[in-house]
Amino acid sequence: MTGHRNSIIFWGGVAVFLVAVLTMTQIVRNEYPFFAGYVILQFIALAVAWSILGGYAGYVNFGTNAFFGVGVYTAVALFKATGAPLVVQIAAAAVVGMTLGFGVGLLTLRMRGIFFSIATIALAIIIETFVMNWRFVGGAAGIQIQRPPVMAPFDSYVKMLFFVQAILAVTAISIARYIQNSKVGRGLQALRDDELAAECTGVPTLKLKLIACMISGALISAAGAPAAMYLQYADPFSAFNLTYSVSALAMALIGGTAHWIGPVLGAILLGSTQQFLAVTISSEVNVLVLGIMLVLFVVGAPKGIIGLLRPRYRLRAGGKP
Amino acid sequence: MTTPAATEAPLLQVGAITKTFGGFTALDNISVDIRQGERFGLIGPNGSGKTTLINCISGALRPQAGSVIFRGEDITLLPPHLRARRGIARSFQIPRPFKSMTVLENLMVGLDFAATGSRQPEEEAAMSILTRMGLAAKADAPSNTLSQVELRKMELARAMAVRPKLLISDEAMAGLSSSEVDEVLDLLISLGEEDITIIMIEHIMQAVMRFSERVMCLDAGKIIALGAPDEVMANKRVQEAYLGT
Repeated sequence: MTGHRNSIIFWGGVAVFLVAVLTMTQIVRNEYPFFAGYVILQFIALAVAWSILGGYAGYVNFGTNAFFGVGVYTAVALFKATGAPLVVQIAAAAVVGMTLGFGVGLLTLRMRGIFFSIATIALAIIIETFVMNWRFVGGAAGIQIQRPPVMAPFDSYVKMLFFVQAILAVTAISIARYIQNSKVGRGLQALRDDELAAECTGVPTLKLKLIACMISGALISAAGAPAAMYLQYADPFSAFNLTYSVSALAMALIGGTAHWIGPVLGAILLGSTQQFLAVTISSEVNVLVLGIMLVLFVVGAPKGIIGLLRPRYRLRAGGKP
Repeated sequence: MTTPAATEAPLLQVGAITKTFGGFTALDNISVDIRQGERFGLIGPNGSGKTTLINCISGALRPQAGSVIFRGEDITLLPPHLRARRGIARSFQIPRPFKSMTVLENLMVGLDFAATGSRQPEEEAAMSILTRMGLAAKADAPSNTLSQVELRKMELARAMAVRPKLLISDEAMAGLSSSEVDEVLDLLISLGEEDITIIMIEHIMQAVMRFSERVMCLDAGKIIALGAPDEVMANKRVQEAYLGT
């Protein structure tokens, strides 16, 4: 029964949030909150999506930037080739991200722990190199994007992107929450603790790992898809920047990976701190702050914010390093 | 389900299994049939291939040659989780709990993924297994807080949650005191009375003697004796393998 009530509260919260976001785009004149808010929402989507594989399954993906960049360039290529609308770009990015996730999932057959993480870094470098040499999307020099006219009811493209990213973040959260409460979540938790024991207890470990990789990959690429429209520009170095990997990982770990709310809290905390610092001091300080906070949390609160809030989750959050 | 045909056909047929690791032959052409409902003891000195054999039966390893037939079906190439669903469960020599879960949740994994066609609500089913195993009081305890004997019992309880037809116990009594050994042994014997076939690997001879209807002794990957417990113990080669004379 509590599960049912939780669901009502959750979906009510989602509805209120989306209505609030939509209302904000109609009322607030200044574009800056939407510029900043977009980035925070993007990091919520990234951290939550990362956590499906890195937190629930314990496979630390260092290639968030690979999936993100693939999302960016799927959208860019599609837009340049066909002028496809944003929704189609995002859907295509999700499909490509899911395919890439399937490939990464196959890596888990042979690699675990640090070796898996290193392989995902290598993957990002390979794809970035490929894009750098892909003339059609501008190669290493990057490409300028001319935004199409904005759609009603929005009066600016950034406001629309803000709303779109809010939907992507909510989608990521809903899926993460569903997985966490389902049989799949229990299976992932079991294989994170002990893959052989899980397998011998009936858990189809390969299938679950593939599912986690594909969902996580699809969500990360989808969150990356609007980035070129947001910046009106895309280049391989920015799109495949390792900062996306570090941020997603740090936000998820700082928030705590045992519950879907953890990465959300981590992304809000770190994302808004970063936005604040970027305006007040400099954007270079961001990375420093990220590093310091990660160190503080690893030492002081290894189970993240939710470990501090809810002792019950201390038990569950035992992700492999 | 106890039709005469079902009781006559062996539950498990291990057919000429050979498993090598590099140049080392861990199992050399092993064949054995396990009957439905049998309590089967598997003994042998360290490194004789006992755990390798049960890894081949449970699917953790694939043999280079030979076959494993379970209830008339060739399962030689099936991954472990599909064997678990068909009713093969095991415990591990060194306990491998899902350490981020409570004891109850550990059992829920098996009930969720392997146990098929159970009418009972899962949590109730898990509790009734825990009660049998004397772990009911620990249901909500994190599994990483259990004592050694509790861990051993939880391993067996988790295996039971798979609703096995064949339960393989890999040294479930290692490192336990003699009263704890009796406790676990009584549990295994009572499970055997429920038409669960049990293969028990054990070094503690009194336990093997008391438990087993048949005993097989491996040495260097070969079967050196197979038969009634006292016959096997009296076998000269078995004594040599153990005492080294």
